[in-house]
Amino acid sequence: MTVLFVNGKTIEADVEPDTPLLWALRENLGLTGTKYGCGVGQCGACTVHIDGQPTRSCSVTVADAVGKKIRTIEGLAENGVLHRVQQAWIDFDVPQCGYCQSGMIMAVAALLKETPQPTDKEIDAAITNICRCGTFQQVREAIHAASKA
Amino acid sequence: MTTEIHIGRRGFLIGGAAIGGLSLGLHIPYGAEAAEAAAAPEVNAWVLVKPDDTVVIRIARSEMGQGTLTGLAQLVAEELDCDWSRVTTEYPTPGQSAARGRVWGDFSTGGSRGIRDSHDYVRKGGAIARQMLIQAAANEWKAPASECRAENGVITHAASGRSTSYGKVAEAAAKLTPPANVALKDPRDWKIAGKGLKRLDTADKTTGKMLYGVDVRLPGMLNAAIKACPVFGGKLASYDESKIANFKGVKKVVRVGDNAVAVIADTWWRAKIALDALPIVWNEGPNAQSNSPDTAKWLADGLHNSEPAVTGNRNGDAYAAIARSPKIIEAVYGYPHQNHAAMEPLNATALYTPEKCEVWTGTQNGEAALEAVVAASGLPRENCDVRKVMLGGGFGRRGFADYVTQAVLIAKQLPGTPVKLLWSREEDMTQGKYHPVTQCKLTGAFDADNKLAALHMRISGQSIFSTVRPQMVKNGLDPAVFQGLAATGDARIGYDFPNLLVEHSMRNPPVPPGWWRGVNINQNAIYLECFMDELAHASGEDPVAFRRKLMANHPKHLAVLNAVAERAGWDKPAPEGLHRGAAVFMGYGSYVAAVAEISVAPDDKIKIRRIVAATDPGYAVNPAQIERQIAGSFVYGLSALFHGEITLKNGRVEQENFDSYDSMRLKDMPKVECIVMPSGGFWGGVGEPTICVAAPAVLNAYFAATGKRIRALPLRDANISFA
Repeated sequence: MTVLFVNGKTIEADVEPDTPLLWALRENLGLTGTKYGCGVGQCGACTVHIDGQPTRSCSVTVADAVGKKIRTIEGLAENGVLHRVQQAWIDFDVPQCGYCQSGMIMAVAALLKETPQPTDKEIDAAITNICRCGTFQQVREAIHAASKA
Repeated sequence: MTTEIHIGRRGFLIGGAAIGGLSLGLHIPYGAEAAEAAAAPEVNAWVLVKPDDTVVIRIARSEMGQGTLTGLAQLVAEELDCDWSRVTTEYPTPGQSAARGRVWGDFSTGGSRGIRDSHDYVRKGGAIARQMLIQAAANEWKAPASECRAENGVITHAASGRSTSYGKVAEAAAKLTPPANVALKDPRDWKIAGKGLKRLDTADKTTGKMLYGVDVRLPGMLNAAIKACPVFGGKLASYDESKIANFKGVKKVVRVGDNAVAVIADTWWRAKIALDALPIVWNEGPNAQSNSPDTAKWLADGLHNSEPAVTGNRNGDAYAAIARSPKIIEAVYGYPHQNHAAMEPLNATALYTPEKCEVWTGTQNGEAALEAVVAASGLPRENCDVRKVMLGGGFGRRGFADYVTQAVLIAKQLPGTPVKLLWSREEDMTQGKYHPVTQCKLTGAFDADNKLAALHMRISGQSIFSTVRPQMVKNGLDPAVFQGLAATGDARIGYDFPNLLVEHSMRNPPVPPGWWRGVNINQNAIYLECFMDELAHASGEDPVAFRRKLMANHPKHLAVLNAVAERAGWDKPAPEGLHRGAAVFMGYGSYVAAVAEISVAPDDKIKIRRIVAATDPGYAVNPAQIERQIAGSFVYGLSALFHGEITLKNGRVEQENFDSYDSMRLKDMPKVECIVMPSGGFWGGVGEPTICVAAPAVLNAYFAATGKRIRALPLRDANISFA
């Protein structure tokens, strides 16, 4: 049994230590909000926070995540209140198909923690997630709105 | 502890996990409502009203991000005159539809048809339900229905001062005979439709609760990873499962049809690593000799006028006009195979027993998916069904049901055990139904007065219909090849040429083709609109002015072109260092145009500074969502322009993931200034048309910046990239 610390809770999972964190989250812990897009760290759909850092969970093993604080999209809202990024996403009607948006939101939440009022250039550098529907315009608008919230 | 959530009248999903005390709610977007709604009166097939006045609107088409779910609900709600804040939606299943004589019409969601092909009957559904609800109230009050009116879900009878709500009369309304005829509202009177209302499906997409096919979990479910022969048309010869006998979690290794093998395990990750370790022998067949450069040569041969071809559009005598012309301009363009690369890899979950078979999946065509279940299971249709969930993108790929067939063939080998089949990204990339490959030779002829006298377009290459729906191809003519270049229909050419000939020499390489967002307007718009730019420059005219002269009889094409030219300030010089290109086209019943403003650094790095885009879709059901479809179309269309190319080497697709098949990022994307200009009187689509003007607008701007013509995609092959 591997012990992980996810969304403020200590949990045990029957999973091999070399399993990518993504699959442990989705299959062993049932946290399916974190999405599989490419498996090779390219698309960002599986982005979670590890000790506060935005991380592509397909490219981190369970062994590497042991002892660290893992936060997924399911743990972003606190005490039933949506994170301001989630709220901005609703206010600006950002998602289209929505599949990449968990990862997008986690990447943005980490950016705003580090850089509370990012410039467009800083947004360009930090948000590298692929979105095939093409929601980038609303993503940018919503980031600016959330940075003022 | 797990939670069972009932879906519809049968079926279930697990909504909770038992691990380590985590309690995880899983919202079933349509199913949970559907379960409750089962107790609610169905006023008619489209509308259910609960006692608490919540209205459930049934949506037959599939939501994949394009907003059709919200738009269709708006149309029903508009005619229903219900309270929009109390509207929810649900998908009927294809099985229910079959059992009820296709009461919900076509489920197919492609060709930007969600609204434009169903607006009439879904609005009637809403209007009929409204009339039945009013009649029920009138019956209760013993008042004439004509004296009662409905607004916002409340029915009033002014003369007696009485009022009631839809929820209170729904049960009585459901027992009435539907009226045979109903009048629909004039779109000018719309209050719910025509407005940029927020989508109905957003909240769960921000919390991770939205359920996609990949997230489906059933009690006792196993997971399958699959590998099909990497050479198209090849077969599975053998595999040695003894090599993975000791792999943890593996339950079974199965043949899937004649060309694939799947490993079934307790988790997908364990299935995948076992599959990767499984020795497999393929009978690759003749296509193992196929290489993209050879295909390109074969297509180029088809550009010779001596080769057989069929005519798609003709007026006058282009050959004769070209023969006598003192000035001829000729160019050859090409468009490669491309993959859809929807963010959610293909998947389907199937539960087969000797009595029945059910599938949970994201599909653009529920009815086609059901037929796949029937065929693969061998069971009667009434014992099969498909439960649709949210699609993580479709772009045409999920209009095919190959992955549904596979899921059923796998589940059939484990009766009673639900199995989720998930393709790896690599499988998704290499087992596609690709954007067809074509080339086009264009010849323009000017007369002695430097006026354009003729245009000859000779297309050589792949026909989608010849593979996917051969009955549509008559005497070698696939009408879809001429999308955007046709004389009539919903994708008409926007110019009058004194002499015109558009022909197609069909050449189908061994790469399965499919509908790819925008389909054939993508390459046809590049061919025509870039060449129009070439002709304008050859004649010494401004590219927009040159186009306008030929558009006198195409006022709607002209109107969108004028709209973008005006907004972009086309008649004034571009700001220092910036260069503009324009394009205009028609597809899926809508008229679209764009101006791109770009800068090009000396190392051929392009920065797109500004995009102005106009769309006339006839009626704009949700202008806010149309703007998002327009902006998103540039991301899809410019990803294709800069990055998109699938190539074959020894019959195998060379691109396996996003590292070799890249997609545009946020940094590459400027703001798109959208002009939604519905002129009324027709219904055009919005999900696809704009894609086709993205690439030619940027290519024409690149010429304005550099004097160089790029006539083949993707730009990375010419070492041109985003800055």
